[in-house]
Amino acid sequence: MLVLVLVCAVVRPFNWPEAVVAVPAAALVVATGAISVGDALDEAEQLGPVIGFLAAVLVLAQLCDDEGLFQWCGAWMARTAAGRPRRLLAQVFLAASAITAVLSLDATVVLLTPVVFATAARLGARPKPHVYACTHLSNTASLLLPVSNLTNLLAFAASGLSFTRFAALMALPWLAAIAVEYLVFRRFFATDLDAGAQAPSGGDAPELPLFALLTVAGTLAGFVLTSAVGIDPAWAALAGAAVLAVRALLRRRTTPRALVSSASLPFLAFVLALGIVVRAVVDNGLDTALGRLIPDGTGLAALFGIALLAAVLANVINNLPAVLVLLPLASGSGPGAVLAVLLGVNIGPNLTYAGSLATLLWRRIVHAHDTEVQLREFTRLGLYAVPASLCAAVLALWASLAVIGGG
Amino acid sequence: MAVVVVWVVEGTWPACVDAARAHAPEGAEIVLLHVTGHDVADAAHGAFAGLLGRGHPERDPGTRVEHLAAASAESLLRAAAERLARPCTRSERTGRVEREVVAATDGADLLVLARDGDRSRLGPHSLGPASRFVVDHAACPLLLVWPESAPDLGTMPPPPPPPHHG
Repeated sequence: MLVLVLVCAVVRPFNWPEAVVAVPAAALVVATGAISVGDALDEAEQLGPVIGFLAAVLVLAQLCDDEGLFQWCGAWMARTAAGRPRRLLAQVFLAASAITAVLSLDATVVLLTPVVFATAARLGARPKPHVYACTHLSNTASLLLPVSNLTNLLAFAASGLSFTRFAALMALPWLAAIAVEYLVFRRFFATDLDAGAQAPSGGDAPELPLFALLTVAGTLAGFVLTSAVGIDPAWAALAGAAVLAVRALLRRRTTPRALVSSASLPFLAFVLALGIVVRAVVDNGLDTALGRLIPDGTGLAALFGIALLAAVLANVINNLPAVLVLLPLASGSGPGAVLAVLLGVNIGPNLTYAGSLATLLWRRIVHAHDTEVQLREFTRLGLYAVPASLCAAVLALWASLAVIGGG
Repeated sequence: MAVVVVWVVEGTWPACVDAARAHAPEGAEIVLLHVTGHDVADAAHGAFAGLLGRGHPERDPGTRVEHLAAASAESLLRAAAERLARPCTRSERTGRVEREVVAATDGADLLVLARDGDRSRLGPHSLGPASRFVVDHAACPLLLVWPESAPDLGTMPPPPPPPHHG
């Protein structure tokens, strides 16, 4: 059943939303008794706030785009890069890391990547290193905050950590992984970066979308505040999205319909259904099968083992089901193990094109008669970047756990 | 009539255009060629495909990147034509860059291209993988130029030591 749901999510028969297969599948596992109604409700109850959180962040990112934040970001990168591709790469790393961490990886992939391409093209620089940087950082830079990646939100709910503690423990691994990626990119794309850029970065600088920026800053402060007083930080995200939504509605820059669409309801339903199906699979034997593979404890060797297993699983299926499968198994060993799972599932997908073999296989079939994706370079980059940044991140996590404590 | 193909690449094209202006015979047909690889848009497609369950194929950033790439290629060729200031035709292709360039030189009398590797010293590393492939496979004469002034002769590696005769 899980395989069917995943295959349909990748293949999308008749262009159906992924939820069209996943939701009935979830209903079926409940109906056939593969998972009890109580357990299913329990899972739904746990996923509910996560999904609300996710919806709020998706809407927030879309509204920031409407406010012109990403356009401004592109203009800022073009201006400060001053025609030097290496400088531009550094700016792209800064922007992509910040945007991924705060507005989630979806924002970097969907909203920032085209802006980065346009910026590189406007400067006359070769776009490849900068676009590849976006795709890599959307994974690697999504370690910092629970909101950065859906995998983090799921783990955050399971780990019992507070928002600030999560961020504090992940700050060092986040920095370490990004630093390693940066070094790999500078070397790997040395030729393209040396090629220079001609076009002057003229053109009007768009106005800084101060309101959007302040709202995002306020939302971040809200995360810290809510977790300090013990409220679910999802409310802070919701408040941030609401502030921008009301403003956009008042100024007629958006419509209620567009807002609902940016929350991607079918996606939220898909996540919920996938959670229930995975729970059923885990409860029916996968836990004992994988339980033997998962190392116990949170020593350095155990952290490496967990991160490696998570990275492999993320590449075989996809990081979303991988994290759902691994969380119940890792949470027994404490927050350190849960965070190690995240290192694996977040950094790992850079190894394969499209983040998993399943997606890759499907795309190869589709594109067999069209154009073949040039995988060699992408995979070679992944082979340099992923093991190195994963090792650096695990070491950094181990150090953070030693200093701050998993509490 | 002689056909001179000028391979226009981001970052290094002005040197090629200048060389064509200096060396293409009077009355030659000059073709400004730009090739857009699939790799960049594919990276964006792949990143989006990796986001499981997002649906919305119309949000795929790869498609937007493809449109932007087409617009960028057009403006690059326009800038090159302006710099050339001679009658010319513009040719835009998509595909594997190095193979498309070789295919585009079929029947040409000269291909002008720039070194795209290490430009700080003379030697084989001054050719990147794409220009190396074109140099190795082109069926027409080549004019290979440095993107800026060439490094000085002192950067040439020393000759290998003479073999010892026992």
